[in-house]
Amino acid sequence: MIYLTRRAEFSASHYYHNPNFSEEENRRIFGKCNNPHGHGHNYVVEVTVAGEVDETTGMVLDLKDLKAVLESEVLQKMDHKFLNKEVPVFATKIPTTENIAIEIWKLLAAKLPAGRLHRIRLYETDDLYVDYYGD
Amino acid sequence: MVSLTRRYRFSASHRLHNEALSAEENARVFGKCNSPYGHGHNYIVEVTVRGPVDPSTGMVMDLGVLDHAVEEEVLHRFDHTYLNLDVPDFQGKVPTTENLCIQIYNLLRARLEPVRGSAQLEKVRLEETSSNSFEYSGANGSHPEKAKREKKDENRPIARN
Repeated sequence: MIYLTRRAEFSASHYYHNPNFSEEENRRIFGKCNNPHGHGHNYVVEVTVAGEVDETTGMVLDLKDLKAVLESEVLQKMDHKFLNKEVPVFATKIPTTENIAIEIWKLLAAKLPAGRLHRIRLYETDDLYVDYYGD
Repeated sequence: MVSLTRRYRFSASHRLHNEALSAEENARVFGKCNSPYGHGHNYIVEVTVRGPVDPSTGMVMDLGVLDHAVEEEVLHRFDHTYLNLDVPDFQGKVPTTENLCIQIYNLLRARLEPVRGSAQLEKVRLEETSSNSFEYSGANGSHPEKAKREKKDENRPIARN
């Protein structure tokens, strides 16, 4: 078993707001992240795939295929987007880094050309990241 | 469950020295880290908490609560100190980065217990330099990544399609 990780970057904006909370509660809980016009990050996503090395190729999976899936399933949907308004799932779910990582897992898990998805690591900044293992 | 990791920095000095050893033994065991006046590092501490995502906030844990806890328990205690003399925790204990990592874990574990909600302290990782780092997940801690990997390796066939 070997673990292969590929990294990609995308830039997006978001804000944190729960319509079930009052304005005061939203401001208290989410602080400056509640600014309704949003704010942006350069996200770094690391996709880790687990698998066996194919004896004929020496590879877990073809990196071009992984790159293509990452491009079509994640980057095209999230890069240079205002996540709350332009990514349908975040119309009803707050686009925290936690929730974005879980969504990226859902977008990729069934689309991998080989191996199985082991981990999504999503950096919001150099000093803050989340890990999701599918459970 | 999601694991969230946040990185903090502090600077401190230390000297690796054990009173129970002779001067020669200290010099042999600790090498240049035994230099009598101590030496310093820019430490980087990564704190990982793990828990379910609260559906009403989308968060594992309020970062303000975590920042405040780390500020009070770790940064305020250790930043710009000489660990051997300024921090009571290291009276009689060698302030290696291993011991510092364990101490930070124990301090945060105690501090976060009443305020953490459903998130748990999972791991403390402490970098002494860019080449040396240490991780501690508690006395009985098993890194969830490792546990998960082992469980999956046992139970699941590899998908190939």
